[in-house]
Amino acid sequence: MKTKIFKQNLLHRNVNLIFGVLSLTFLVFFTVTSCSTSETQTVTNFNTITMQDEFDVEGAPNSEIWTYDIGRGNNGWGNNELQYYTDSSENVSVQNGYLIITAQKEDFQGASYTSARILTKDLFEQKYGRFEARIRLPWGQGMWPAFWLLGANSDEVTWPACGEIDIMENRGQEPTLINGSLHGPGYSAGEAITKAYTLQNSRFDTDFHIFGIEWGPGYINYYVDDVLYNQITPEDVTGEWIFDDQPFYIIMNVAVGGNYVGSPNNETVFPQTMLVDYVRVYKAEIFNNN
Amino acid sequence: MKNRKLIYSKITLLFGLLFIANTSCERELSPQSGLAGNSTSGDVFIDGFTGGLDYFPFGGSYLDAFSVDTDNKYSGSSSMRFDVPNVGDPAGAYAGAIFRLESGRDLTGYDALTFWAKGTKAGLINEIGFGTDFGENKYQVSMSLQLTTNWRKYVIPIPDATKLIQERGLFWYAEGPENGIGYSFWIDELKFEKLGTIAQPQPAISDGADKSETAFTGVDIAITGLTQTFNLESGENVTVNAAPSYFNFKSSNEEVGFINESGVVTIIGEGTTTITASLGGVLAKGSLELSSRGGFDLAPIPTRDPSKVISIYSDTYTNVPVDFFNGFWEPFQTTQSSEFAIGGNNMINYTNFNFVGNQFANPTVDATQKSNVHVNMYIPNSVPANMDFLITLVDFGPDQADGGGDDTRQQVFFDKSLWVPDTWITLEFPVTMDNKNNIGLIIYENINFSSLSNWYLDNVYFYED
Repeated sequence: MKTKIFKQNLLHRNVNLIFGVLSLTFLVFFTVTSCSTSETQTVTNFNTITMQDEFDVEGAPNSEIWTYDIGRGNNGWGNNELQYYTDSSENVSVQNGYLIITAQKEDFQGASYTSARILTKDLFEQKYGRFEARIRLPWGQGMWPAFWLLGANSDEVTWPACGEIDIMENRGQEPTLINGSLHGPGYSAGEAITKAYTLQNSRFDTDFHIFGIEWGPGYINYYVDDVLYNQITPEDVTGEWIFDDQPFYIIMNVAVGGNYVGSPNNETVFPQTMLVDYVRVYKAEIFNNN
Repeated sequence: MKNRKLIYSKITLLFGLLFIANTSCERELSPQSGLAGNSTSGDVFIDGFTGGLDYFPFGGSYLDAFSVDTDNKYSGSSSMRFDVPNVGDPAGAYAGAIFRLESGRDLTGYDALTFWAKGTKAGLINEIGFGTDFGENKYQVSMSLQLTTNWRKYVIPIPDATKLIQERGLFWYAEGPENGIGYSFWIDELKFEKLGTIAQPQPAISDGADKSETAFTGVDIAITGLTQTFNLESGENVTVNAAPSYFNFKSSNEEVGFINESGVVTIIGEGTTTITASLGGVLAKGSLELSSRGGFDLAPIPTRDPSKVISIYSDTYTNVPVDFFNGFWEPFQTTQSSEFAIGGNNMINYTNFNFVGNQFANPTVDATQKSNVHVNMYIPNSVPANMDFLITLVDFGPDQADGGGDDTRQQVFFDKSLWVPDTWITLEFPVTMDNKNNIGLIIYENINFSSLSNWYLDNVYFYED
């Protein structure tokens, strides 16, 4: 019930966002219409928790949930990224209730930076659900933190056929803005379906914010904190909708440099940290997901 | 969050109005009241000045540089217009003023001074900021600012707003001609704002470097290179010069030196102390290590009868007018100089020395009667093994000016065995050149690759035996 109310609130705010006008008259109108809306549409309750990591155990991330990508990938993980990913505690650790991913400026294995990228591949994968994390971002030119999902068949097919759901990615030189994106066949990289969300009078690197999606058959809703700022459906994508086919796994990382963000400059302060308070995943019973 | 805030602010406004309406008869403090009852308004110039704000141009500036312009404005009905004069304008050499309140504002709720600006050309405003009140200028902030010819919004961050509980200096600027040519610029919607997007402070002292200097008991040394840097919503870092009072300074060894809130270290003993600082709880980058050699020996006090002396530099005699003690001859001269006093006794410290001149041509000195020269020198630490030193006297001739074909010179070479480290030594020699009634320059010089770098000068005078 609690979740249901929350969900309705989200929709209300989305309406506000679209019309962007507030008046007493509008509020009355709004109250009336919102009642009729909730009577006619299916309200989805993502209220069964399926995975949660509160990062309460000091040391390395829980190995039952997380594994690592190591190295530089091909062509800097396909993006000309500059960092070498390690599983070193200098780059990834759990301290004081937070997962800390740290980008360091250091020469290592031919790279000028080190960082970390952890993922739940083969450990936790789910189709549909509410995926959310509470994160404080790093800052500065060239930092590229992200919280995202890849399709479980990512090793068998060529990206972007597996599908990619970017719940949050940020350019460190844009401290008040994040992007939520969807990549699939015919709509990937620069052609991805994407929308930015900008904080007013606040920043993503000074406080924690909740980044999430609610994903069900034929739709993905994107939200930051309690603001639903985008919905992507098969009608929005310029190719095949591949998000009703398979489970996805979670990736959290801090990249340095690369095509998306550009290189750090002499004003970029190192080390930089991404702090994650928690990652939680819920499912909705009506989708029978697993 | 975005919309929720909007809703709340509207509701607050509504309830706020109701609340005020209901309680105004009880004369409670309004939400606009800050500490000590100072106004918390952030407005400076929107379409006219906020109450109590006055305009005070700098001395020597074009006094009428500022006007209110109703033709050019970013929004509303008017803007502030500033006319920078051409070089040579008899009305003033530059434009500059402060805008000061009669009584202070509480600006603790803001994080930046913001405004829209444009220029007739893309000038670089030399200094612009706030906190200048022609008093202590305790919380002065300045930066240089690159204009464009289109209206653009600018942000000058407050280094630490908790300090601004009663600020009178709301705005100041100083700008000279660009390549000799004056121009105009406009500023509009000038106000203090709480942007909420100014973050990641990176304060610095000593320009962010770890510097070191030698010092002596009794010397006062000001910490320089004080800045605060913030990251803005645009992702840009903006650095402002911040007054010392924004910082908390610390001396690591207070038996060597202590530092006051104005960032001035007073050396009281021998040893080493390192000055560090924080701003708003954030450790500042950079430091200054001061190695105090303890008490500094003063040069011997001259005892000659003043009537037999023409003094160029001393505290004992009345000195003749001196044009400079360190004329900088580009590009070869490297010498830096600083004058300082210990117990009221002034001396000059030359560092990074290769050669340096003391010129006194207005008027020149007639050494016909007083035909000897006295100089005190002090070399700290050690005398370089390759030391070779030359003093040249230059008589400027009848034209009493450097050059002109009538100058004559006398060179006096000194053997390094004359010097003892950390000791004042006295050099005295006669003026033997034929023309000595228009002497205007004494040059001190390393020759033959001598590596003397750091020395002190005192008591330079001509005398009669």
